[in-house]
Amino acid sequence: MIGKLDEMMRFQETALNLREKRQQILASNIANADTPNYKARDIDFNKALQSALSNSGSETVSSASAASAASGLTKTTITHLSGNAQAGSADSIDGTPLLYSNPAQASIDGNTVDMDMQRNAFTDNAMRYEASLTFLSSKIKSMLTVIQGQ
Amino acid sequence: MSLFNIFNVAGSAMSAQSQRLNVVSSNIANADSTTSADGKTYRAKQVEFMAMPTQDAASTGVKVNRVVEDSAPPKMVYDPQNPAADETGHVAMPNVNVVEEMVNMISASRSYQTNVETMNAAKTMLLKTLTLGQ
Repeated sequence: MIGKLDEMMRFQETALNLREKRQQILASNIANADTPNYKARDIDFNKALQSALSNSGSETVSSASAASAASGLTKTTITHLSGNAQAGSADSIDGTPLLYSNPAQASIDGNTVDMDMQRNAFTDNAMRYEASLTFLSSKIKSMLTVIQGQ
Repeated sequence: MSLFNIFNVAGSAMSAQSQRLNVVSSNIANADSTTSADGKTYRAKQVEFMAMPTQDAASTGVKVNRVVEDSAPPKMVYDPQNPAADETGHVAMPNVNVVEEMVNMISASRSYQTNVETMNAAKTMLLKTLTLGQ
């Protein structure tokens, strides 16, 4: 029973977690709008959600094996950099690479934050987060109705 | 809850922008100061921002790396009556460009406001999350 409840909520839960991460990335971009040479970042939400959903079933096994199998070189100290984006590295969110956005209008100080785009994405992401919350809330409500049977 | 990180990120940006605003106001206030604390002509100051990575890969804060002095030469103004004038009657005035400083001020205050809004949005999202299932 509990397993079924968990399964029912997993999609929205994963989506909410990713939206939260994306909101954080966009907030960092907005905060660094005046930092020279800062490169704006983002994730491909669609791909991130798909990979998060496929991972969540066998989470413990896949992430551990991916970390050891994907890296050809062994890191002997924590100061070693990982060559490319992998699960758990600094350049990925739950196995999805953090991408760089292309500036529509290049800026003279090397900053690629397009404020209009970022604000747009930020508001959009916040709305979708709240939509997911509403969906989850209504699922919980319907489950309560079923349990109470009144 | 990674949403709490947004408070740290936006907070760091707000403090960096307010430091920038502080530097701008000191430049404008000293636009006519022929002597500064070290006895020489006042020089315009600028803040240098730097991205500050955190433990979480998704969030990057901001900090003021250093405050640099404008290396442009001081403006020489002919004013023989001034006690600070040299033997040719010229006074070294600060290299503060007031128009540039005003633009800097507007940019800093707008960036500050944007970060306040970011923080408010994160707060709304957190409060909505707290009412989940009620």
